[in-house]
Amino acid sequence: MINVALPKGRLGEKVLNIFEQCGYDCPSIHETNRKLIFENEEAGVRYFWVKPSDVSIYVERGAADIGVAGKDILLEYAPDVYELYDLDIGKCRMCVAACKGFRDNTERTLRVATKFQNIARDYYAKKGRDIDIIKLNGSIEIAPILKMSDVIVDIVETGTTLKENNLEPIETIVPISARLISNKVSYKFKNKEISKLAQKIREYCETK
Amino acid sequence: MNNRTDNIGFANEETAVMSLSKLYRQYGFKQFKMSKFEEYDLYAENKDFLLGSNVITFTDTNGKLMALKPDVTLSIVKGSNDTFTEPEKVYYSENVYRVDKGTHQFKEIMQVGLECLGDLDIYSVSEVIMLAKKSLEAISERNILDISHMGFITGILDGTALNDKQKRKIIDCISEKNTLAIKKYCDEFNIDEKTSNSLVVLTGIYGTFPKCVEEIKKISLNEKTDSAVAELENIYEFLKQYGCSNGVNLDFSIVNDSNYYNGVIFQGFIDGVPSSVLTGGRYDNLVHKLGKKSGAVGFAVYLDLLSRLMSDDNDFDVDVLLIYDYNATVAQLADTVKNITESGKSVKAQKVNSGSIRYRQLMKLENGEVEVLETND
Repeated sequence: MINVALPKGRLGEKVLNIFEQCGYDCPSIHETNRKLIFENEEAGVRYFWVKPSDVSIYVERGAADIGVAGKDILLEYAPDVYELYDLDIGKCRMCVAACKGFRDNTERTLRVATKFQNIARDYYAKKGRDIDIIKLNGSIEIAPILKMSDVIVDIVETGTTLKENNLEPIETIVPISARLISNKVSYKFKNKEISKLAQKIREYCETK
Repeated sequence: MNNRTDNIGFANEETAVMSLSKLYRQYGFKQFKMSKFEEYDLYAENKDFLLGSNVITFTDTNGKLMALKPDVTLSIVKGSNDTFTEPEKVYYSENVYRVDKGTHQFKEIMQVGLECLGDLDIYSVSEVIMLAKKSLEAISERNILDISHMGFITGILDGTALNDKQKRKIIDCISEKNTLAIKKYCDEFNIDEKTSNSLVVLTGIYGTFPKCVEEIKKISLNEKTDSAVAELENIYEFLKQYGCSNGVNLDFSIVNDSNYYNGVIFQGFIDGVPSSVLTGGRYDNLVHKLGKKSGAVGFAVYLDLLSRLMSDDNDFDVDVLLIYDYNATVAQLADTVKNITESGKSVKAQKVNSGSIRYRQLMKLENGEVEVLETND
């Protein structure tokens, strides 16, 4: 039995679809109810929905054997897991964005609002820039509008939210996509099952 | 992964320490009891070895900056007499203080381990790895020992013109088993096709030793990697001779800092524990950094990780709960308790049964008479 942590939301639905196409279906997951754990003994999988940013925690701690998490989460929390495959879905970029017409004044410390403190810190440390990190949990776009920060570091998919708030991406830090991750110990004790699953998903994604 | 409570060989940490110590003594290892503190300088100079630089420090009465031990190996190496006439074989069971990766707070960790220092040959190295495997087997039948060789990885990377930072990136990908990223970096760093193929294969390798060793023979590039393969094969033969080659896998995703480790490295896993419970390897480079000449190999077992699986939760708090009233004399009570304990049972004597204690038997001492009120077996 492989325990799979799926990220709640649109990405998770896509991922579930891929798993199902690969023979790991689970009919009970499509019933409308409030259950959180779904099992298909025949296929040997047990799925559960968790908050996307928590997937790596479930996997790192072994509650889930495998999971799907965005590269942004993996970069930010650096969990001790294996990154088995790039599913090439849920694609977006980690960007620095600012109000339109923003000019960086390098004489001053740069104020950066973000959910991703570690990514932001690493990025500016590489540039040798002194920054002041403002950790926010949502609606990051407001920070530069209200002049609380100079820039934001956040995920940009289409850029619509930015545009509508009169912001624009100014630098791309790293491209992001969804990754298949595995707990390091599960990978050893359930090697056959996990390798087979990873192989099937790889084949499925490559033919698509 | 299910939390299996039925597969741990020890009831608690103390019995674990005892049986592991016994195992190590059998092979001529002597216990090394050390002080809780060490001068901070030792750790400041070897930060990378500790994988995280946080140590608890305090100022000693003479003004020296001291640290609560985050690690035992460094102290043992520092104190070794560096002779080549006879190897030093020591084991320890100590508490160390480190920052927990999850909570970012200091944590006391119970560590049992052993070190072998001196002019090492293939026998001493194999013996240590055999003891690592036996330690795991003592903990649980469901165990795996993964073996890797730093010489193989550095051997492949030595042939390239990569700088340290680029090598670090490659090694990180190997430890994540991230084959796609390896390919990407190999292109980016202009690594030749043969080497890049070796790296990709290396990253993907996982499985039983005999199967994987054939695969790595195919991707061996030079003398250094050849000799690493030969050493691994020798070790495996040794383990076979001791009947503990089951569950020994080859896995290059366990990589340690090559500034400290040079030869074979290994990690042990127990089903049900989400991270490695045993880590070790050959660390001649660390010894040389500390200004000594000998070779060294050793490992540590992290017992705190096992505590969750240990079957210490009994169904009963005591065998007998003895209730007595105000009329009971001390002598009567002592007599009754003595009788019960001498029959090998545990007993708790108190005036009332509040219902919070789980007992096998409920007894009552009244007017000098003992009466069994309830039996729960």
